[in-house]
Amino acid sequence: MSELLDPTFLTALVAGGLLAGIPLLFASLGETIAERSGLLNVGLEGMMLTGAFVGFLAALGTGNIWVGLAVGGLAGLLVALVMVIFCVRLGLDQIIVGIAITLSAEGATSLLHGTMFGQSYPRLDAVAGFAIPVLHSIPILGGSLFSQPLPVYLAFGLVLLTSWFLRRTTIGLELRSAGERPGSLDAAGVSVVAVRSGAELTCGALAGIGGAYLSIVGAGTFVPFVTNGMGFIAIVVAMLGRGRPWWALIGSFLFGMSLSLTTALQVVGIDIPVDVVNMLPFVSVIVILIVFARDAKLPAALGLPYLRGSR
Amino acid sequence: MSAPPAVPLTETSTESLAPSRLAGAADATLRSVGPIALALFACGLILLAIGRDPLSFYGDIIEAGLLRPSGLQDTITRMAPVLLIAGGLIIVFRANLWNLGSDGQFLLAAAMVAGTGPAIMGALPAPLGWALLCVIAMTIGASWTLIPALLKAHYGMNEIITTLMMTFIGIGAANLLVKGPFKGSSTVPQTAIVPTDLLLPVIPGTRIHIGVIIALVAVGIVYLVLSRTSFGTRLDVLGANPRAAAHLGVNVPRVIVVAFAASGALIGLAAAVDILGIFGYMRADWNPAYGLKVIPLVFLARLNAIAVVPFAAFFGVLSIGGEFATRQADLPSDFLLLVIGLVLIFMVATQYLSDKRARGETILPRHRQRGAPDV
Repeated sequence: MSELLDPTFLTALVAGGLLAGIPLLFASLGETIAERSGLLNVGLEGMMLTGAFVGFLAALGTGNIWVGLAVGGLAGLLVALVMVIFCVRLGLDQIIVGIAITLSAEGATSLLHGTMFGQSYPRLDAVAGFAIPVLHSIPILGGSLFSQPLPVYLAFGLVLLTSWFLRRTTIGLELRSAGERPGSLDAAGVSVVAVRSGAELTCGALAGIGGAYLSIVGAGTFVPFVTNGMGFIAIVVAMLGRGRPWWALIGSFLFGMSLSLTTALQVVGIDIPVDVVNMLPFVSVIVILIVFARDAKLPAALGLPYLRGSR
Repeated sequence: MSAPPAVPLTETSTESLAPSRLAGAADATLRSVGPIALALFACGLILLAIGRDPLSFYGDIIEAGLLRPSGLQDTITRMAPVLLIAGGLIIVFRANLWNLGSDGQFLLAAAMVAGTGPAIMGALPAPLGWALLCVIAMTIGASWTLIPALLKAHYGMNEIITTLMMTFIGIGAANLLVKGPFKGSSTVPQTAIVPTDLLLPVIPGTRIHIGVIIALVAVGIVYLVLSRTSFGTRLDVLGANPRAAAHLGVNVPRVIVVAFAASGALIGLAAAVDILGIFGYMRADWNPAYGLKVIPLVFLARLNAIAVVPFAAFFGVLSIGGEFATRQADLPSDFLLLVIGLVLIFMVATQYLSDKRARGETILPRHRQRGAPDV
């Protein structure tokens, strides 16, 4: 086991964890906001995938990762609009619409990719890390933690912002009550539809940015189905975090590490089957869910449409 | 008190309000066929936009999936796993439970059947061997739903999440099995092969294996159990309102576990007929991913196990013909996911409009009139 304390292994693990964890973090922050407002967004995978594809196209066209991330976020937002119209405004089943969004996005991105690129997979240049002065020279972990591409720091900032927003602002309070007691919020004169729409659009935008990060910074290319269930993991991360952004951060990082474990182990010469590694994050979710089964608490009105006057 | 979950898309909602049975039947048909037509139209526009001819594309699908004798036989064969999975999904959906983990249940059962198949078929008389393998597959499928079912039954844990997680674990485990203990003697990572003469018998004069008949019988049984037994009623009550079900004396945790187990068992059986009927072995990373694609079919059939048959036939034509059509048009076969996804979207939209019409409301968007209360 001594190889596991090797600095190269730790560096690879932490760096890999960040690389794989950041897309998860964006998406799970979005899902946290949506779940808090009472929406279970199963279409998250589709929003990430759309963001990954469209964002990649934009980055490829302009050569600018920021444009790519922004366009990816916009694409995710537009996909979320479908959910806003069907689920928030018309009160239709969130799970069916979510599945429809995921299936359509998988089909559409694969189709467009096939039409535009065929079997070729153009690559983007690697994104340079931004070394934070002083901190990045901390031994062992400093190099991987503090010399990351800029969007990573943006993601950390977003956690802070979301946490503050949900706890301290009036809109944050309204958002939480839309998830717990939409009827009371309505009675208090606030539009549940407006609050939930805002939450869903934010969620879509964040998922789109996460997907775009995955294809632009993480992989440097787009292949169909690149998200590979990451959207679903993000839903779980948000659920386990029980609506607290800081927990989404910890969860995303842990999942990112388990996703990148293969690479890290290969660095020190330990080979384990790739299937084991692919299963690992999901196995850990199930174990966590079994252990903490009693504690899982979701907003009371999660998944339920709010239609005024209906019981 | 929180609102009871809306039970969407079951067959009870509007028929009673419709003026006559005939109108009701017409409405039901429109609701089922309408979304498919709209989705095909929308996909036609998309095909036009990317420079393909939609008419020849759909023509290819019908030609290869329906008109060619070999294609028609493939289509009917494809219906076997689809029908069994649909039956499995209907059981849980009736109780308003979501089993989104069918791919994991399917693949793990397939790996077990393909892995143990050659030995079992070599040791036992063929009919016994098939029966034993089907039982193994059903047990595996059912057991893979156990954790989500127990977590849901006892802690109310969201089964959407747990079944999805179990599906990813199941896919990984199936691959590990095929690459590891079940790996055959060939260099490619795949299981040993069940000899062709020990595969499920075919209907004389065709290539269609009897798995299709097994599947038709199975959905028939599902239909009867759901519509004629007290278990079916319990599922419906549970689906309508879990709290009311508990008050009526339904043992809610037990019904949840039994429903999930039955669902997983049928999905496992689907894997058994696919492996024993067509392939005789399993390659690593093989995943037909029926799971999410079958969901629209069962909703279009409005959770009626018999009514799912024509939709399974439609899916068969679409997938068999689609393989040919997408190859002809030089498109990835994932295009069909888009068709299925759009069918689902148009389905909920049609459902909404038709519910509104049944209630006598306008189906046009309501515009706020000046001075009218803010609704």
